[in-house]
Amino acid sequence: MAGPMKMRATLAGGYTDVRVLMTHPMATEQQTKGQPHFIQNLTVKVNGKTVVEGQISQAISRNPVFSFRLSGGAKGDKIEVSWLDNKGDTNKTETAVA
Amino acid sequence: MRTMRRALLLPVCVSLAACTTAPTSVGDRPKVSPGDLEQITALLKRDFRPRGQATMDRIELDEVQRLCNLHADNPPADLARPLEEAQLKAIPFPSGNLIGDWKNGEKIAQSGRGAMWSDKPGVQDGGSCYNCHQISPKVAAFGTIGPSLAGYGKTRGNRPEIQRYVYGKIYNSKAYNACSPMPRLGHSKTLNEQQIKDLVGLLLDPASPVNQ
Amino acid sequence: MRAIMGSAALALAIFPAWAQQSPYADYQRMTAESAPIELFELGGEELWKRKQGPKSVSLEQCDLGQGPGELKGAYAGLPRYFKDADRVMDLETRLLHCMMTLQGRSREDATKRVFGNADSPSEMELLSMYVAGKSHGMPMRPGTSHPKEKATYQLGQKLYFHRAGPWDFSCASCHGEEGKRIRMSELPVLFKPQYARPLMATWPAYRVSTSSVVTLQWRMNDCYRQMRMPEPQFGSDTTVALITFMTVNAEGVPYRGPAIKR
Repeated sequence: MAGPMKMRATLAGGYTDVRVLMTHPMATEQQTKGQPHFIQNLTVKVNGKTVVEGQISQAISRNPVFSFRLSGGAKGDKIEVSWLDNKGDTNKTETAVA
Repeated sequence: MRTMRRALLLPVCVSLAACTTAPTSVGDRPKVSPGDLEQITALLKRDFRPRGQATMDRIELDEVQRLCNLHADNPPADLARPLEEAQLKAIPFPSGNLIGDWKNGEKIAQSGRGAMWSDKPGVQDGGSCYNCHQISPKVAAFGTIGPSLAGYGKTRGNRPEIQRYVYGKIYNSKAYNACSPMPRLGHSKTLNEQQIKDLVGLLLDPASPVNQ
Repeated sequence: MRAIMGSAALALAIFPAWAQQSPYADYQRMTAESAPIELFELGGEELWKRKQGPKSVSLEQCDLGQGPGELKGAYAGLPRYFKDADRVMDLETRLLHCMMTLQGRSREDATKRVFGNADSPSEMELLSMYVAGKSHGMPMRPGTSHPKEKATYQLGQKLYFHRAGPWDFSCASCHGEEGKRIRMSELPVLFKPQYARPLMATWPAYRVSTSSVVTLQWRMNDCYRQMRMPEPQFGSDTTVALITFMTVNAEGVPYRGPAIKR
């Protein structure tokens, strides 16, 4: 069961600032003695259309924060961020641009 | 650093309304009576439980702790002196050279392990010396609760009297100052004879980094 | 909202002016931006609302001093005297009380795992973060008028200076002198308001070095461990007295937590 995930998206002068807090152990192979557990894929969708496809590795530490900027954007735009880890677990969160 | 921090506390107090209305001092140490000590000891016995090597006998006060608690660490000389003498008499000074291996001494001084319930007894314990003292001038991570010991042997030499003093002080600091803040590393059986000799070596051996 | 504010505003909101001059200022600002505090508050909220125990009841009617279920300002008003338990209680002690009385859980069950770790924060840790967050920005005003509140304060004061154990340590052994540090940690003199205030305003907290939540009950436990003493019981009079002593010494400070610590 994935831990809580939280996102904020705020409009600011021609772009949208987005920050996502994720709960995940992001445990490396070394830490777990061969049983790593980490997020591999991050996907960002705006109003249903995929805008970011990210691949991250075990180099990212526990409880990652993904902070990025989207050009443009309007109040009420639906942003969805989802992740998939190496064990097949997923989680996602959705928010409207404020 | 200290003066810089104090100067900055004033602007914080000016901006926080709370600072101007709160008490300026709650007083330092409260007066403690023998009855208080009994009450506190009874409370600790009720509220604590043993764990690992930390057994409940640790809550009982010995005569040093009683005296220091009753007199806010500042006992009158006529009470402190006999206690210091008794503590000194109880130190089992080894004979011969007390200067051990400074390299091992440095490891012991750096180690913060030992005597806690989370420590396995018998595994190399340390003296936590760097927690309170600067020792080797090369080591930047040191505390300031105790005086700096850098250059200790350089200024004092290493004749038998000094060796004995350093050994004794580490074994039982209260033999020299009844209410010293320093733990009694030998008396509490945290460190053994060889470990204390190694610490003496760390402070007094001319080859030790302390004396470079 | 805290995670989103500009780094400067965030740092000022969480850290007092003096911290900005310390060597850790930049580090604290950077870690504050990505602190997972909100995630723990969310976890705590879920636990607060979850039906548990033989009575299968949530904690939503728990009275933390402002009335049943009233969370706003509750943490800022603790510790305080509670008539139904006839004793002074800090946050965690009161949460335990509610777990036992509202949810019907035994003390043993509710305290089986009070301190968690990076992989799995404990219930108490998550609940503490949630409840404390509801007092953010409010002045800390623990109870000081009831005779038991006064007595608890005085007991805490005596305990603070009480030397015991194989190393003859009291709280004051490390937290007794201004401007001193143990290794590289500047430890506050907690019987002086000017030092108690910035510190008491930042508990409970997310501890970066261990990626875990730390609470005041944990701090009391861990201090006694490092003082080479046996282990104090969770929510015992000893721990509550010390927490009361320090919180009252910090009276009036705006609560800045839950915070982050290194």
